[in-house]
Amino acid sequence: MSKRFNIVGRSLPKIDAWAKVVGETRFADDLVLPRMAYGKLLRSPHAHARITRIDTARARARPGVHGVITGRDLPRVKFGILPVSQDEEALCVDKVRMVGDAVAAVAAVDEETAERACELIEVEYEPLRALMSIDDALAHPEVRIHEYGDGPNVHKAVALQFGDVDAAFAEADLVREDVFYFEGNTHLPMEQHAAVAQWGADGKLTLWSSTQTPHYVHRLLAKILDVPQAHIRVIAAPVGGGFGGKLDPFAHEIAACKLSQLTGRPVKIALTREEVFYVHRGRHPVLMWIKTGFRTDGAITGMHFRSWLDGGAYGSYGVASTFYTGALQTVTYKIPAYKFEGARVFTNKPPCGPKRGHGTPQPRFAMECQIDKAAEQLGLDPADMRRLNLAEPFTKTANHLTVTTIGLGECIDRVVEASGWREKRGRLPRGKGIGIACSSYLTGAGTAIYWNDMPHSGVVVRADRSGLVAVLCGATDIGQGSDSVLAYLVAEVLGIDPKDIRVHPADTDLTPVDLGSYSSRVTLMAGHAAIQAADRLRQRIFTAVAKKLEVEPARLVARDRRVFVEDDPERGVSFPEGVVLAESMFGVLAFPGSYAPPKRAGKYKGGGVGPSPCYSYSACVVEVDVDPETGEVTPTEVWIAHDIGRALNPLLVEGQVEGSVYMGLGEVLMEEQVFRKGVHKIPSLLEYKSPTTLETPEIHTILVETDDPDGPFGAKEAGQGPLLPVIPAVANAVYEAVGVRVDEIPISPDKVVRGLDLKRQGKVARIGPERLPLFTFPAPRVVESAFGEPAAGIAERPFSS
Amino acid sequence: MKASLLLRVNGEEREVLVAVHKTLLEVLREDLQLTGTKHGCELGECGTCTVLVDGEPVLSCLALPIECQGREIKTVEGMARGSELHPLQQAFAELGAAQCGYCTPGILLTAEALLAVNAVPTRDEVRHALAGNLCRCTGYTKILDAVELAALRLKRSEPGARVGAIG
Repeated sequence: MSKRFNIVGRSLPKIDAWAKVVGETRFADDLVLPRMAYGKLLRSPHAHARITRIDTARARARPGVHGVITGRDLPRVKFGILPVSQDEEALCVDKVRMVGDAVAAVAAVDEETAERACELIEVEYEPLRALMSIDDALAHPEVRIHEYGDGPNVHKAVALQFGDVDAAFAEADLVREDVFYFEGNTHLPMEQHAAVAQWGADGKLTLWSSTQTPHYVHRLLAKILDVPQAHIRVIAAPVGGGFGGKLDPFAHEIAACKLSQLTGRPVKIALTREEVFYVHRGRHPVLMWIKTGFRTDGAITGMHFRSWLDGGAYGSYGVASTFYTGALQTVTYKIPAYKFEGARVFTNKPPCGPKRGHGTPQPRFAMECQIDKAAEQLGLDPADMRRLNLAEPFTKTANHLTVTTIGLGECIDRVVEASGWREKRGRLPRGKGIGIACSSYLTGAGTAIYWNDMPHSGVVVRADRSGLVAVLCGATDIGQGSDSVLAYLVAEVLGIDPKDIRVHPADTDLTPVDLGSYSSRVTLMAGHAAIQAADRLRQRIFTAVAKKLEVEPARLVARDRRVFVEDDPERGVSFPEGVVLAESMFGVLAFPGSYAPPKRAGKYKGGGVGPSPCYSYSACVVEVDVDPETGEVTPTEVWIAHDIGRALNPLLVEGQVEGSVYMGLGEVLMEEQVFRKGVHKIPSLLEYKSPTTLETPEIHTILVETDDPDGPFGAKEAGQGPLLPVIPAVANAVYEAVGVRVDEIPISPDKVVRGLDLKRQGKVARIGPERLPLFTFPAPRVVESAFGEPAAGIAERPFSS
Repeated sequence: MKASLLLRVNGEEREVLVAVHKTLLEVLREDLQLTGTKHGCELGECGTCTVLVDGEPVLSCLALPIECQGREIKTVEGMARGSELHPLQQAFAELGAAQCGYCTPGILLTAEALLAVNAVPTRDEVRHALAGNLCRCTGYTKILDAVELAALRLKRSEPGARVGAIG
C-alpha cells in the first residue's frame, strides 16, 4: 500500500537552518557594498509641530558628508500602504505629527559622521497642541492632525448590522454589557530594520531591505520616487523577525534610495533600537464595549460590538485594523445576529498597524472574558459553554464569511483532557487558577491591499539537465519557514528530497509576485502556486518518461528521486534522467503556478476584510499562580490545541504555536507601548518588558488535523491564530485564582493589587475602563444575516486550471 | 584616535587598526567581517551580540577590543570545526530552535559556555543560563530542547554532527 505523502507530515529541519546556526545568513545590515555610504535620519523631537525652517548648510559642509536631503528633495507626493490612506511623507515638509517623524537624512562616510551631521541640521518648529489619547483627539476638533477622514481626527468610522440584534437581545435570557481595554504593544523583532539602496549609473535602483512585503515596497517606491516601477528592484533580505512590524514602506528605505541617487554610492541605513520603537505600526490600543444575549443553556442569540482604536499619527493599515476588530467574532461561535461599530482616531503618537493577529486579539480578549462571565452567571462550565456554541462547518456567518472545516470541538476536548481541567477547575488552592479561551484566524486575507484580478502568489519551478530544481517565489521568509515549506511541497510533488531544491525568494526582478508575509497567507497561497507549478513540471517529465518506458503516463509515480511504474517499480529512471528526457522533448523546463483565493467577499462595503480561504482554530488552557501580596501573575503551564488543517511539517507548526503562546503571554502580562508627552516611556529592550526564558512556562502543543479542502494538502495557518486565546485564557485564570476581573491588558501587578484591595473592601473586584468616549457612530449599513447558509461548495478559484 | 590591536579571534591572530572607542561588536562585524554576531540593542540588554571571551559569555556591544587583547575571542563562526558542526548547532538546526535566526548566534555561544561548566544541566539551569538572551520567535521551547539534546549527545560523545550533515 502506498502512503499518501513522502515529505509532507515529516518533522524535517528547515532548509536554511544550517546557514542560521553557523552565522552565514546575511540579514540586511550584514550587506556591505564597495563605496557604500552610511545614512542617518534626523527625527522630530515634537509630537505635533509646524516646520518653519530647515537649514542643512552646516551639515553639508562637514567633512565626510556625502549628501543631505530633506522632503523638498523628494517628489511632493504622500503615500501609505492602503490606497485609502495616502497620508505619509518619508521626510516631513510642513508639519510633523509625532516624535520620531523624519525631517532630513544624511549620507556620510560612516555612521558616526552621519549622526554628527544630523546634529548640525537646524530645524525650527512651531509646536502645535499634541493630541495624546482618543478622548483628547475627539475633544479637540479644532486641532487637526490630518485633513482627511470620517470627521475631525477620526480616520475611519464604520457601522455594519447583520440581522436584527434588538430582537436577538429580546429573546435572550441574559444580556450582558461589558467594557474592556487593551493597551497597545509593539512587535519587538530582534533585528532592527535596515536597508541598502544602490542607484546604478544606468538609472536603475536596487533596494535590499528587511521587509515582509517587497512587492508593496516595490509598488510604492515607484510612486514615492516618481520612477517607473520597472526600473526598481526590491530584494527582501532574510528578515530577523517581523510579526507585522516590517509591512509598511518606511522613511529609511526611501531616504536610502534618494541618497544613493544623489551621491552615486550605495547607501545603507540601519535603525537603532529606539528608532524601531517609534517606527512601530504595532498593536492598536483599543477600547471595547460588547453586548451579548445568551439563553440559559449558554447559546448566544446575538452580539453588538463597538471598538475605538487609538491609531496614532498615520493611517498605515488602520482601516483594515478597524474592520478586523469586528470581523472574526462570528467565525468561532454561532452568532445569528451581529452588529459592529468601530472608529479609528488619529493621535500624535507612532502609528499603529498590524501585529500578529492584526486587530483581532483585542476583541478576542473582550469576547472570551465576557463568555466566562456569562458562564459563571448561568452556572455553566466555560469549556462546555464554548463547545455548545461552536460554529457549523461549511456554513456562512452572519457577516457573510464562508467557514470551511472547524476542528475547534476537538481542540477544546484535547486541552480539557490534557490540562486536567475537570479535576482542577474550582479545586485549586487559593492563588492558583485555571482559565480557558478559544479563537479562530484567517489563513490568508481573501482580498489584496489594492484592487486587482491578478494572482496573490506566483511560483516558477525550473529544472534542467543538471538535475537542478529551483523554486522562485516572491514570498519572504521571516523566520516562519516559508522557503522550507515551498521546498517540501515541490519535493513532495516531484518525489525528490527538499535538499535537492534551491529556493530563491523575494526578488522583484526574478521571482513572480507574492503579496507578502502577512495575514498568515504564505503557506496556503504560495503553497498552492508551488504545487501547481511542480505538478506542471511533473506532467512533462511523466510524458517524456512514459514514452521511453512505453507505458501510460498515468501508471507512473515520482518517489525516492526516481520516476517509475507504480506496479512495476524496477521499470523507471532516476529523477535527473527524467528531467533530461523532458528537456529533450519539450525544451526549457520552467513552469508557473498561480494562486488567487476564491471570491467569497460579502457584497457590502467593508465585506473585503475578513474573508479567507479557510480559518484556523485554537483552544488554550492556562494555569497561573497569583501572588496576593505583589499581584504578580505567573503562568505555570500552558496547553494549546490548534486546528492546523494538516501539519506540513509538525516541527515548524509547533514552533509557530509556541512562539505565538510566548508572544501572547508577553502581551497579557507585561508589554505596553506607552507615552509621556509624546515621548515613548520605555524605548529599550530592558525597560519594555518582554518574557525571557524565566517567564516563559512549559507549553504543551497539540495539533489537530481537519484536512481542509481549501488548503495546500489540507493545511491551514499556524503563525498568528494560536496567539489569540492565550490572552483571555490568562485573564480568566487570574479571575479563578483570586476572584479579580482585570478587564484591561496588560494584567500588570498594580492592577491585580488594586483589584484585591477592592475585594477586601467588599466592592466589585473589577479593574477596567469605567466610561466610553463621546462619539456618535454613523448609521449602520444594514445587511441581511447570512448565518447558517450553506457554504457554496468549494468555490472555484481563479487560475486553478 | 586609532589604535593598532592584536586580537585572537576563533583561533586566528588578527591585527586591526581601529578607533579606540569602537566596540568589540563593531570591530568584529565591520573590521573583521564576522557578521554572524548580531546586534539587538547595542546597550547590553538583549544578549543578541554575545560572544565568548576566554570561554565566558560577553556582550560584545559593551566590550572594548583593547581590553580583549591577549584573550581568546570566539564568535559563532568559530563553533564548527571545519565542516563539522558543534553539537549545539546540529541540535538547533534539527529541532527548529532557530526560526528567524537572528538571536541564534548569541544563544548558541551562551549555551556553549554553560555546557563547558555544567555538562548535564537541568532544564531550569538552562533557563537561568539563557535568561539574558531574548528570542521573540520561538517561545524558547525548542531552544531548551536543543540545548538538552546537545548536552546528551556531548555526554555520550556522539559525533553530534557529521561532515556535510545537511538534511
